[in-house]
Amino acid sequence: MKDTHEWVAITKIESIPLREGRAVAMGDLELAIFRLESRCLTIENRCPHKGGPLCDGIVSGATVVCPLHGQRFDLESGMPVLASQPACVATFPTRVENGVIFVRLSGRKQQEQAA
Amino acid sequence: MKEQLVVVGNGMAGVACVEQILKKTDKFEITIFGDEPHANYNRILLSLVLAGEKSPQEIVINDTEWYQTHGIRARLGVRIAAIDRARRVVVDDDGGETEYDKLILATGSAAFIPPIPGVDKQNVHVFRTLDDTRALLEKARPGLKAAVIGGGLLGLEAARGLQVRGCEVTVVHLMETLMERQLDATGGEYLKRKIESLGIRVMLPRETAALFGNGRVDGLRFASGEELEAELVVVAAGIRPNAELARAAGLEVRRGVIVNDYLETSDPRIFAVGECTEHRGQTFGLVAPLFEQGRVLATAITGGRSVSFEGASPAAKLKIMGVDIFSGGSIDESEPGVETVRYEDPSLGVYKKLLLKDNRLHGMILVGDTEDEPVYMEWMRGETDLTPFRRQILFPPRDADPGRQVADMPDSEVICGCNGVRKGDIIEAIHDHGITTLAGVKQRTRASTSCGSCTNLCEKLLRAVAPDFQVETRTSLCACVPFSYEQLRGIIRGQKLKSVEEALNVYGNRKGCEVCKPALSYLLDMVWCGEHEEDRSARFINDRVHANIQKDGTFSVVPRMRGGVTTPDELRRIAQVAEKYKVPMVKVTGSQRIDLLGVKKADLPKVWADLGMPSGQAYTKGVRMVKTCVGSEFCRFGVQDSTQTGIELERRLEHLYTPHKFKMGVVGCPRNCAEATVKDLGMVGQEGSWQVVVGGAAGKSVRKADLLITVETTEQALEACELFFQYYRENANYLERSYDFVERLGIEKIRKETVYAPEAEKKKLLDRLARSKALAKDAWLERNAPVNPTQFVQIQPMENSYA
Repeated sequence: MKDTHEWVAITKIESIPLREGRAVAMGDLELAIFRLESRCLTIENRCPHKGGPLCDGIVSGATVVCPLHGQRFDLESGMPVLASQPACVATFPTRVENGVIFVRLSGRKQQEQAA
Repeated sequence: MKEQLVVVGNGMAGVACVEQILKKTDKFEITIFGDEPHANYNRILLSLVLAGEKSPQEIVINDTEWYQTHGIRARLGVRIAAIDRARRVVVDDDGGETEYDKLILATGSAAFIPPIPGVDKQNVHVFRTLDDTRALLEKARPGLKAAVIGGGLLGLEAARGLQVRGCEVTVVHLMETLMERQLDATGGEYLKRKIESLGIRVMLPRETAALFGNGRVDGLRFASGEELEAELVVVAAGIRPNAELARAAGLEVRRGVIVNDYLETSDPRIFAVGECTEHRGQTFGLVAPLFEQGRVLATAITGGRSVSFEGASPAAKLKIMGVDIFSGGSIDESEPGVETVRYEDPSLGVYKKLLLKDNRLHGMILVGDTEDEPVYMEWMRGETDLTPFRRQILFPPRDADPGRQVADMPDSEVICGCNGVRKGDIIEAIHDHGITTLAGVKQRTRASTSCGSCTNLCEKLLRAVAPDFQVETRTSLCACVPFSYEQLRGIIRGQKLKSVEEALNVYGNRKGCEVCKPALSYLLDMVWCGEHEEDRSARFINDRVHANIQKDGTFSVVPRMRGGVTTPDELRRIAQVAEKYKVPMVKVTGSQRIDLLGVKKADLPKVWADLGMPSGQAYTKGVRMVKTCVGSEFCRFGVQDSTQTGIELERRLEHLYTPHKFKMGVVGCPRNCAEATVKDLGMVGQEGSWQVVVGGAAGKSVRKADLLITVETTEQALEACELFFQYYRENANYLERSYDFVERLGIEKIRKETVYAPEAEKKKLLDRLARSKALAKDAWLERNAPVNPTQFVQIQPMENSYA
């Protein structure tokens, strides 16, 4: 296994349509990568509510809405948009270089549950 | 011992009066005689029974339980033949006698049958009672030539009911003007045009000289010698008070039973109420004053003199074939000193005429727009000097505070004329039951449940009285695009917006959300008949991959089986697919389809290819399916070929999108085995005709569909389906099911704008449907041409060490 400090090349940016997300399996971990107007953002592809595939949600600005029960998460912080929601989702640093999306798995961050 | 109170007459006026008496006292033992064998029903709603909008049970006001609860002896189907005033008994048809201490005559009125030769022929009917209505319903069928003699309220309602049943209806009226007691020539002309635009013929003025035919009526002959073919004739030439019983008993009677301001007849033990009465030379035909009479009588009979009946306010608020009409005060233009102010808008169908005398409002006629009626009535009642208002008199300033108008109305003012509900009754109900919605007011008070012309007023009252009044219809789409659906349709069309992004950038917050994005996607598709810029990121996942997401992120696959009909070959392929992709569950659905549950996203294109069947759209807001019964092909009861018709209906509408899911059913006989009457759109086969029904539901809500139209041929029925379908597509709010849509607009308006619309309008609807249909494709063909390379394919990381 490669050192997880490294940026991992995932896919060409055209693989993900604008304002949509796609799932990518990385070992046991499944990522949801979203392509926004000027950047890409990555979260864990699992809604903390009931495990819904967040990559299939509708994107609204820099948030995504889980397709199962409508829980909404901020793609940058992983925080739920409503304080009443149960938990956060992990985020991963993401950059685009020469048309390729890179994710740094070791940069995984999970905020404290919303107060 | 209790006093014996006998009521002769089990109609609206009599029973409403008894209700009032029960509120005041329990000193009476009450017996009610009714010559109709039915519990007390709302006679005003008979036209809705004729039109198929309500069942006879639905118009019952007081059921048998009510009589029992209040200890009232109901003698239904018993006619009182005589009153013996000396012995204080009433004598029924069979000679039975019932004693009374107090007697109320509420004998109502009867249809007036003019002495025209031939009125005794078969198939000549009146339209007055539930039994009359049933008799008409037995005769009415599509294509039947029907003539209605009489252009008053009752005649026009009979005409409308028959037309909805598919009859070819002509209204024949003796006078130059329809409803001449309420309208002038211009107002009558507006009404006439409206009625004619609905497809009813109107002949004015025509004096019917005879009905001809050998035993059965074949037509009408007019005084001019002209003839009109008619297989069914309804005589609605007015009503006459039923006063014979009183006359024979020696009470004072002229046209009706004479009553004073306390509803007493010339015998102090005998009272009279309702259409059988004559008060200050006036007889009655509309319901509102009769409720007022009942209240006064209830006080008087217990010895009270605190209230008196001052006569009917000369005002009539009506809704005829969807046209609002108000007529109040004196409408006689020829009266000395009267000047008139008028306004007309022929395209809108609006006509207003105000009659002024000494600079005060003296009378008015409003057609097509009766919104200002409360202001006018206030002016008239208050004899307001109109000098300061003269310049705005046709469009009086509407109050900034919408509650004020209703606030100024006296509590005793009748708000719902159909059901005799006063302002005070509604306020009482709102307070006592904590009502916050119009639905609540309807349920508690029956106000606004009949013609609907008082809906606005009820809402204003709620707004003014209920602290947390809730508007029931959502007016704006969402915070991202703060416009109503109506406005958005206009904006998209007018600004030629073709994509969700464009709409959000120009008219929204540039972000959008999961509520407005799918809604805008739908609106764009609908407005441009499929020629919009499709943006899948604005669609719910189901509409990106054409399958229904399940709780574990897998999908369900339902192939289209038109009409629920399949073949051994299709079943074999379904079985093979289920095995090959290890489908965890294969289930037969409630809509006669087969559901493969638990399919992985990446497998979807292969599953579809192996099935070789089109998408059943079971995942989307679109045309779901047509459920059918076996029909005349095999069933021994079937009278129409429901299976083939259902398949054809599905073929015509499949692959199209709708504001919400859209389910259909076609049945071959009224046994309704495929439950067509609880579908968004249903066809019910009958001997020689189809009923097309709309707005049914059997989900979270259960609602019986409304009859849209009855037609003879299958092609006509399919066209009616298409008209409603496209009309719903164009006019419903996104996520508004057909049953909410039909209730919001009212079936009357929908009929008028679909099946009874002018031919040119119908053609436009059908053309737009055809344009959309021409571009609609089986979504599962995207297996061969995905909209993007990773539509179904899972992305594999370029550096594969983690995979």
